Amino acid sequence: MNILHLLIPVTLVMGLTGLGAFFWSLRNRQYEDLEGDAERILHDDNDTPMPPRKETIR
Amino acid sequence: MTGIPGVARVRANLTLRRINVTLAQADGALHNVLAELENIGHPSRLIDSADLSAEAKDETEVALLKAVAVSGFGAMNVMLLSVAIWSGASDATRDSFHLISGIIALPIVLYAARFFFVSAWGALRRASMNMDVPIALAIALALALSLFETLRGGEDVFFDAAVTLTFFLLIGRYLDYRMRGKARSAMTGLQRLAVREAWEVTPEGKLRTVAADAIRPGMVLRIPAGERIPVDLRITSGASDLDRSLLTGESAPVAVAAGDVVEAGALNLTGPVDAMALRPVEDSFLAMSMRMLAGAEESRSTYVRIADRAAQLYAPLIHLVAFATFVGWLLATGDWHRAAFVAISVLIVTCPCALALAVPVAHVVASSRLMAEGVLIKEGSALERLATATRAIWDKTGTLTDGSPVLAEGLGTAPGSHAAATLAAHSAHPVARCIAAAYPAPAMPVLEIREHPGYGVEGLIDGRLARLGRPSWVADIAGEMTQGDGPAFAFVGEQMQRFPLRETLREGAAEAVVALRVAGLPSEILSGDAPAAVARVAAQLEIQNTQAGLTPQNKVTRLQDLLAQGERPLMVGDGLNDTAALAAAHVSMSPASATEAGRAAADFVFLREGLDAVPLALSVARRTAAIVRQNFGLAIAYNCIAVPLAIAGHVTPLFAAIAMSGSSIAVVANSLRLNRRRMTPSAPRLQEVTV
Repeated sequence: MNILHLLIPVTLVMGLTGLGAFFWSLRNRQYEDLEGDAERILHDDNDTPMPPRKETIR
Repeated sequence: MTGIPGVARVRANLTLRRINVTLAQADGALHNVLAELENIGHPSRLIDSADLSAEAKDETEVALLKAVAVSGFGAMNVMLLSVAIWSGASDATRDSFHLISGIIALPIVLYAARFFFVSAWGALRRASMNMDVPIALAIALALALSLFETLRGGEDVFFDAAVTLTFFLLIGRYLDYRMRGKARSAMTGLQRLAVREAWEVTPEGKLRTVAADAIRPGMVLRIPAGERIPVDLRITSGASDLDRSLLTGESAPVAVAAGDVVEAGALNLTGPVDAMALRPVEDSFLAMSMRMLAGAEESRSTYVRIADRAAQLYAPLIHLVAFATFVGWLLATGDWHRAAFVAISVLIVTCPCALALAVPVAHVVASSRLMAEGVLIKEGSALERLATATRAIWDKTGTLTDGSPVLAEGLGTAPGSHAAATLAAHSAHPVARCIAAAYPAPAMPVLEIREHPGYGVEGLIDGRLARLGRPSWVADIAGEMTQGDGPAFAFVGEQMQRFPLRETLREGAAEAVVALRVAGLPSEILSGDAPAAVARVAAQLEIQNTQAGLTPQNKVTRLQDLLAQGERPLMVGDGLNDTAALAAAHVSMSPASATEAGRAAADFVFLREGLDAVPLALSVARRTAAIVRQNFGLAIAYNCIAVPLAIAGHVTPLFAAIAMSGSSIAVVANSLRLNRRRMTPSAPRLQEVTV
């Protein structure tokens, strides 16, 4: 049963890592332009995203 | 685009159809960017900062999504431990598993389920009931009972139920929110089609652009042909024809000259005019219509959504059942602990999980279905209201008709017709265009063509002066007026010729009226136009009930009369004159060509050209209502099985988990059926919305 002392923390850490990754991607606005990202992968030219969370003229 | 001088960065967002431009200097060359975009075939408009801040403010959706993720994580982990317990973990292992579950579940439920607690508390404080009250109670009690059992070393805990409940319910809540947000951003896209800036003539005689909301009374504005009037103004020089159809429902253009007062929203057709602004944007005719709209909308806020109506019945009932169970067990066994345990398990099992999912899932499926067909929905309750409509009320100009005139009888082959078509080819007036289009032969040679805005066109044909335009103006050279409808044509000193006009029906108008009649919705026309024009359209569509020459207030009164008679009218309209009526009706639709105010007031906006969108939306709404009823049926059937078992005290955590998930999945699967059947063989694409 000692294996449980290892396995339960491992599961929790793995789950938390996934959760953290999701929160990170939300905060970094990864879901703002899914269509645009799908198109951009086809272009060779260097196209960097706008700096995050900065007031810009749209 | 980065090649344009003064542009630092550019990023296109294809999902929102929006381009983000950072200029090198604050007052950089923005018009270069706009000109270049126009050049490459993407005419664009500036977006209002108000629209943007409205989008940014909506952080609830992200917060809900985070809560869904957190509760999903919790549900998975607690379930893992619970499965271990159900498959036979006992004694110390079981107790420590319970403890770990509790440590995971407690913070997660407090974080993720806060939406339900806040909403339930709000409802209780107003001394009312909503679906969140039993939900919050079930989750809180499940948590409290489980904590107590864990500390006591008890056998059954409901941590898994509390977390999975939260997870499922948050999915429903998130979908509900997301649907509203999606429709809203589509609306902002459409709103960008409206007037945002105007040309000001400075005292030095130069032209510069001003934002519409920066216009002050006394400013002199130049309105080029083809643009909308931004504010109420008085014309100081020039003459033109105005299309006021969006304001008044009149289909014929109105001639204006210096000294005339014009309302905001009219479209300048033929000549440029200079005009003095009379009122700022917020006091102009447009803005006043908006206020009338706000008044009319209040009357509709009394509608209670079907889910809330269900909650008002359901919530007191289950609380009563749980309480009766507690008292019953207490009397029968005298065991406080046992009685409380059974009563709480009744609450958990009856928690309206399926009920809370039943409506949002069906609505999300239906709205994405309609969106693919080119119909946007503002909010879920619109579908419920549309499904119960009993009567269709149509506006004429711009809704039943497409607003552009055609010749009633064709041009004929009289020699004058050819000359009239020749003159007409030199004007941009919509009536002139339709005359020119009606005569196929090439134009005759013509000299000294002059367009007199507000009057018509004149020129020398075969050396003779000829005029096409307003009858009184043509009569100046013809000598005598000829009776009849429509514009006139004459050579100098000769008989005047008249061209009666009629409007073209919007595509699918006749079919839509028939389809609605078959569906049990008789049609009626309420129009601001002249009785003769309304009667012609009504005869073509075989509509008996018509009222012509109505003011916006008349339309609202008629709708209120219908509502008072117990009818539930569906109003379809597009003009500013319909805006208040759209808001007053039981449910309303407007085409994408409608005014901004009209689109804002309507529950549905259809982007396709044809009116077949109306019966289509009706049939989707009715099927959605049927699915929602089935979903409620499923939820009730589930309760009929689960509640007696719970009252009898046979509900274990395993049973609760299976039963709750099962009923939720059944409801979701049933809702997905809305997507299955094909409605129309040729689904038109969403119309391009300019960036």
